[in-house]
Amino acid sequence: MHEVLEHESPAASAVPRKRGRAIVITSGKGGVGKTTTTANTGAALAATGATVVLVDADVGLRNLDIVLGLEARVRHHVLDVLEGVVPLDDALVSDKRVPAMKLLAAAQTREKDDVDTAAFTDLIGSLRDRFDYVLIDCPAGIEKGFANAIAGADEAIVVCTPEVSAVRDADRVVGLLGDARAVKLIVNRLRPALVRKGKMLSVDDVNSILRLPLLGVIADAPDVIVSTNRGEPVALDPASPVGESYRQIAQRINGTLTAPPEVPRERSFFDKVFGSRR
Amino acid sequence: MFEFIQRLFGKPASGAMAKERLRLVLLSDHLSLAPDVVESLKHDLLEVISRYVEVDAANCDVTFEQQERQVAMLANIPILGMRTRSTPPSPPPAAPPPPSHEPDPAPALDLAAPRKAAAPAGARKKRRKRPAGAAVPSAG
Repeated sequence: MHEVLEHESPAASAVPRKRGRAIVITSGKGGVGKTTTTANTGAALAATGATVVLVDADVGLRNLDIVLGLEARVRHHVLDVLEGVVPLDDALVSDKRVPAMKLLAAAQTREKDDVDTAAFTDLIGSLRDRFDYVLIDCPAGIEKGFANAIAGADEAIVVCTPEVSAVRDADRVVGLLGDARAVKLIVNRLRPALVRKGKMLSVDDVNSILRLPLLGVIADAPDVIVSTNRGEPVALDPASPVGESYRQIAQRINGTLTAPPEVPRERSFFDKVFGSRR
Repeated sequence: MFEFIQRLFGKPASGAMAKERLRLVLLSDHLSLAPDVVESLKHDLLEVISRYVEVDAANCDVTFEQQERQVAMLANIPILGMRTRSTPPSPPPAAPPPPSHEPDPAPALDLAAPRKAAAPAGARKKRRKRPAGAAVPSAG
């Protein structure tokens, strides 16, 4: 329903723009890669020319800043904005590598219960008036933080690893997201060699349970760990196959790519020997 | 496929085990039933059917299949023969209990209700005992 926005030029800001899309990245289970997915999907979308703001809704456990390599530049956070301490613009952190992308960090020394759901929803609404995409990094769990994070979003990306615990939690979250939101799936940390040996749930296994439109499949590759160590989104690395997977996810979100996601190939012997110098 | 792998290697590939375990746990999640309740449902089902016919309890296969976001119960119960009985099944001594979610099986069972409930499964039930080692058709 948002496809009308796809080809809108950012240069056309003189005319009143249409509202951006608010997409929450969620999973239920912790540690499946929500924050990495948010950072890389956002970077890939911004690299296409769209304006993007990443909102860290994980109040108390702020991480999106460090994954993006922007931790030293955060001065104010989302609660400062909600409580009127600073205007919104003072809290938005710019990224030199991708100027179209901004970060609104979470408060580190506060709690999720400190966030007023209605005020947070209003904030997402005002961000939608200014950005093409508002990506909300949801905390783990299904409590207040989850409720806050999903409240202002009309679309959701469920991140799930091929593990029984992650699939079960994702199934629960899909139920909680309800029918009003468009929900899509990213299968993260797939290990194709293990799937081939029957030692890991396949993408089809996972999605035979979740039954969601598949946005992408991300391999469990060293590139992601290395880029996170450095605070550089792997989506901005043109040589990385995983980066390419994220760029394709961005293209599926903005509608420029309609081909279904491919399941990542196994790393060849050559890759293993020569691909580890990053 | 699951059983084929199981037979070939002695034990199933862990991916297939994961899928099967997930299927069952999500069934319970969706029905808001604990796994032991599902087990006692199987037990009671067999108990009721074996009042009428002699079943091969060791080779019974009661599974739940997810269809979209719903679950169907499929029962494959090999019949060994008719129960030789001098009297027809008598009604339970106590009043039939209401459908209960207690894991403990109630001793008194309503015979009228199971007779109706068993009707759709009748076609599946009629399958004769398979010779040992024959291919096992999947429950779906």
